[in-house]
Amino acid sequence: MSSDVPVPIVDYLVLEPEPHLLAWVCVACGARFFDRRNGCASCGSSEFKRVQVSSTGHLRAFTVVHRAAPGIRVPFVSAIVETDDRTFVRSNLLVEHSDPAQIRLPMPVRLTTYAAGIDSRGTECAAFGYVPLERPDRPRAET
Amino acid sequence: MSESLWILGAAMTRFTRHANLDAVDLASEAVSGALADGEVGVRDIDVLACGSLFASAGSMGQQILKQVGQTGISVFNVANACATGATAVRTAALAIKAGEAEMALAVGVEKMGKAGLLTGRSRRKPAERVYEPAGRYGSVMPIDGILGTSTMPGVFAQSGMRYVHDNPDVGFEHFAKVAHKNHLHSTLNPLAQYRKAFSLEEIKNSPMVAYPNTLLMCCPTGDGAAAVVLVGGERLASLSASQRRRAVKVSASVQVTDPYTPGGAVMPDVNTLTANAADAAYEMAGVGPEDLDLVELHDCFATAELMHYDNLRLCEPGGGGEFIDSGAPGRDGSLPVNVSGGLISKGHPIGATGVANLFELTAHLRGEAGERQIGGAKVGLAHVIGLGSTCAVHILERSAA
Repeated sequence: MSSDVPVPIVDYLVLEPEPHLLAWVCVACGARFFDRRNGCASCGSSEFKRVQVSSTGHLRAFTVVHRAAPGIRVPFVSAIVETDDRTFVRSNLLVEHSDPAQIRLPMPVRLTTYAAGIDSRGTECAAFGYVPLERPDRPRAET
Repeated sequence: MSESLWILGAAMTRFTRHANLDAVDLASEAVSGALADGEVGVRDIDVLACGSLFASAGSMGQQILKQVGQTGISVFNVANACATGATAVRTAALAIKAGEAEMALAVGVEKMGKAGLLTGRSRRKPAERVYEPAGRYGSVMPIDGILGTSTMPGVFAQSGMRYVHDNPDVGFEHFAKVAHKNHLHSTLNPLAQYRKAFSLEEIKNSPMVAYPNTLLMCCPTGDGAAAVVLVGGERLASLSASQRRRAVKVSASVQVTDPYTPGGAVMPDVNTLTANAADAAYEMAGVGPEDLDLVELHDCFATAELMHYDNLRLCEPGGGGEFIDSGAPGRDGSLPVNVSGGLISKGHPIGATGVANLFELTAHLRGEAGERQIGGAKVGLAHVIGLGSTCAVHILERSAA
């Protein structure tokens, strides 16, 4: 593995040409999954195709985590994002503060990537998170 | 018409950190207590179901029989997340319903000590590491804290914040009130872990775990066990007058899992399956929420209790905040909830919880709950949920005899 090409933190994160997520979508009912499924949890059908997930969406739920396992930096904002193409994603909301009063649902967000670590061979791990998206010319999404 | 089901005996150990007792000791104490309470012996028991999340792989049920009577009966060791104890009860109930047992024991036990968060993997750095994709998501490092949280306080906090968004009159203060009530309730329960009242300010100002759940809004880890002796109606009819009088009817015993809901894979939906279990239980028992005299529900976190008022139909849809504001779920309110102190203050030794809440209801329905007795209690509901997910609801009724 070359050390100058970052590796994605999970296999459903694609870094090139623009960072985005990939999902398995059920051909029959449209349900979306990030891991492999034998059959669709929603309808039972077994045909899936790989789709690119929209990188914009809105915040569906969040919490500010202050206590976590050793080695995890706190506080951080854990977020559930619903993308514009109705995929649900769990990640962090990347904001400078940890004040819950400043985080409003359904805040519009966009995906971004950052370096989450470097291994012994000098390979960088790229993680993804969401940042608030200003969309002044569009009405706020309603859930 | 299948066999009717009754609780003949019930017992629990105190929930606390038992330094000198192991899980076998705790479970055996609960089992012996339940047998004595039901005025029966281990030789009357046809089937044992034992729930322990951490000790099921160690044949815990057989270890208990080696303490109380190694009768060679059928034993089922079960694990089902935080619904482990209730799953043991369901297993024992199924044996009776199936006609394979007349009398069965269900025991739940956990020895947790000071276990901390339970979920969320440590990311302490090893000296040498090379990123290699592994697991179902091809992850190159533990993702907790990077791709959101998987800790239980965090998961239930996120669900709570969604409830807040959907019901804008609900806020931080309401969650504090839930914890305030349950800590106050546990002062009357000699078997509870905390037994200490806290002011609203103390609860709100205790260390934040995952907003809005502060430390005093989170259940503690601990050690404990609970057991019930279940009996079929036909066998009960052959028992003594005092056994029949103290027997409590199990009018509904329901366990469901989480049906598919969009987003459930990344944000566990703790609501749909709870509502499904509750609706099925009300239907089975032929009672409604308005008939309940007390409820023991799964308040693993304050956010959870507020949502479950709604899920269990104890309040109007979206009315969780108003319900706690009204004082209804207080022990002097119209529908007391978690008069034992709940998981938040009684404690939550995982495997024991779903059996202990049946012990609590049984004590009240018999009029034997001492200082914390809810006067004239006739019908009670017990609810547990285990992430993953599974939900069990039992409805118990006072004996007509």
